[in-house]
Amino acid sequence: MQLILEKIKKYKFVFSELVKRDFKKRYKRSVLGVLWSMLAPLFQLMVMTFVFKRVFGRQMEHYTIYLFAGQLVFSYFKEATNTGMSSIISNSGIITKVNTPKYLFLISKIMAASINFLLTFIIFFVFALADKIKLTWRVVTLIYPVVCLFLLIVGAGLILSALFVFFKDIQYLYDIFTLALMYFTPIFYEVSIFEGSIALKLLNLNPLYLYIDYIRQVVLYQQIPSLTFHLMCLLYALILLRIGMGMYKKYNYMFLYYL
Amino acid sequence: MIEVNNVTVNYILGDIKDLSLKEFFIRKMKREVITREFCALKDISFHVNKGELLGIIGSNGSGKSTILKVLSGIMQPSKGSISIKGMVAPILELGAGFDGEMTVKENIFLRGALLGYQKEFILDKYGDIIEFSELKEFENVAYNKLSSGMKSKLAFALSSFVTPDVLILDEVLSVGDMAFRKKSEKRMKELFASGVTTILVSHSLNQIREMCSSVLWLEKGEKKGMGNTKEICDDYEKYMQKK
Ligand SMILES: Nc1ncnc2c1ncn2[C@@H]1O[C@H](COP(=O)(O)OP(=O)(O)OP(=O)(O)O)[C@@H](O)[C@H]1O
Ligand SMILES: [Mg+2]
Repeated sequence: MQLILEKIKKYKFVFSELVKRDFKKRYKRSVLGVLWSMLAPLFQLMVMTFVFKRVFGRQMEHYTIYLFAGQLVFSYFKEATNTGMSSIISNSGIITKVNTPKYLFLISKIMAASINFLLTFIIFFVFALADKIKLTWRVVTLIYPVVCLFLLIVGAGLILSALFVFFKDIQYLYDIFTLALMYFTPIFYEVSIFEGSIALKLLNLNPLYLYIDYIRQVVLYQQIPSLTFHLMCLLYALILLRIGMGMYKKYNYMFLYYL
Repeated sequence: MIEVNNVTVNYILGDIKDLSLKEFFIRKMKREVITREFCALKDISFHVNKGELLGIIGSNGSGKSTILKVLSGIMQPSKGSISIKGMVAPILELGAGFDGEMTVKENIFLRGALLGYQKEFILDKYGDIIEFSELKEFENVAYNKLSSGMKSKLAFALSSFVTPDVLILDEVLSVGDMAFRKKSEKRMKELFASGVTTILVSHSLNQIREMCSSVLWLEKGEKKGMGNTKEICDDYEKYMQKK
C-alpha cells in the first residue's frame, strides 16, 4: 500500500501532463472540438431513434433514453479500448527514450476518453429530464457501474495494447469483434425479444450489457439492482483487469524490442 | 555509484517481429516459432564512481546507445545486472517526448515531467529555461513551428537545468549556433563541476579528451578497453585509422 502511494506521488505530475496532452490533442484544443465530439454521438442517437421509432415502429416508452443508455456505454467502451490499444505504439518515440512506466500512456489515453464520456453522461441526464423522467437520489448509485466499466476498460486496454505491440493485425480483428459485440449487446433492441430462450442467459456473459442494464434500471425504472447483479458487474471488471495486469507484468519488458 | 555486472543484451531479429496473430498460431502449432537474436552487448562489466565523468566511444553500431538504455532503466538486460544510486536523467535524444502540436510552454512541462521532475521544480526553473533557450517570444508557439536549431536549443536548455545524481547523454552536446554552443558548453561544465556523475557518448574525440575522467571503449558489443582517457583515446584513434 505504501508502495502504491509512493508511486502515485511520484507519477502524479507526469500522468496529469500526459492526460492534458491527450485531451488537448483529441479536441484540437478548441471548445468546438469538445462540442463536436459530443455532437457526433447525439447525431447518431437521433438517426437511430428515427429509424427504430418511425421506420420500425418501436412503441416503447422513453425509447430514446433506453437507446441513449446503451449507446453511451458502448461508444465509451469502443473508443477507450481503441485508443488504448494503440497507446503504446503511438508513444513509442517516448517509451524507447524515457524511463516512465508504460501503463501511464495507456491510462492517460483512457482518461481522455473518460472525460468525454462523463460530459456525454451529463447530456444523458438532460435528455432524461427533457423526456419527463424523474431523476431520484438513486442516480448516485450509477457511480458503481461507471467505476466497474472503467476498470473493465483498463483491463481490456492492458490486454489489447500488449497484443498490438506484437501483432499488428489485432486492430482489424478487434474491429470485427466490436462489431459483433455491438449486435450481441441490447443497445437498440429490447431484451424481451429473448424472453424464454437461452439467449437471455447468455446475455449475462456480456459485461457491457450488465452496465447498460444497471443504468436503465436506475434511470428508467427507478430501481436499484440486486446484490448478485452488483457482484457480477465487479467480477467481470476484476477478471479482465487481472488478466491485463498479468499480461502487462509478463511482457512489458519485451515491448522495447518490438517498438 | 554505478555498478554494471556482466550485462548482455540480445535484440530480437527476423520476421517474428512482424508476424500476424494468425501466422503466429499456425507456426506455434507447427512448432516453428524461431527467434533469431542479435547480441548487441556481450558480458559488459564496469563501475563508475560518484562525480566521475565516463566517456563511451566506439564505432557505429557498437552498442553505445544500447548500454545507455540499460543504464537508464528503459531496457532490461537479457543477462547480468546493474545498480545505480540516486535519480537518473537520461537524455538519449533531445527531441524525445516533445509534442509537435503543443506549445513551447506546454512542452517544457511535459518533457520535464517525463524526465521525472515534479511540478514545483519546473515552475521554479521555467524562467531560467526559457531565457537560456532564447525563446521568450515563442512561448506560445507550437513546437512544430520552431526551426530545427531552435528545437534543439529548447531541448538542450531543458535538459541542462536538471539536477539529477546521474546524467546520461547520448550525442546530445553541441547544438545550435556558435553563440549558443559556447553558452551551452559553459553550462555543461558548470553542471559537471557540481558533482553530478555523468556518462557521455560522443563521436567527438576532442570533447571526450577534454571532459572525461575515464573512457570505456566498446566494439561490436564487447568491451575493448577501459581506463585512462588519453591512452584509450589514442588506441581508438589508431584503430580507426587502420580500419
Ligand atoms: N530495436 C532494435 N532491434 C534490433 N537490433 C537493434 C535494435 N536497436 C539496435 N539494434 C542493433 O544493436 C546494435 C547496437 O546499436 P546501438 O544503437 O547501441 O549502437 P551505437 O553504438 O549507439 O551506434 P551509433 O554510434 O551509430 O549511435 C546495432 O548493430 C543495431 O543494429
Ligand atoms: Mg547511438
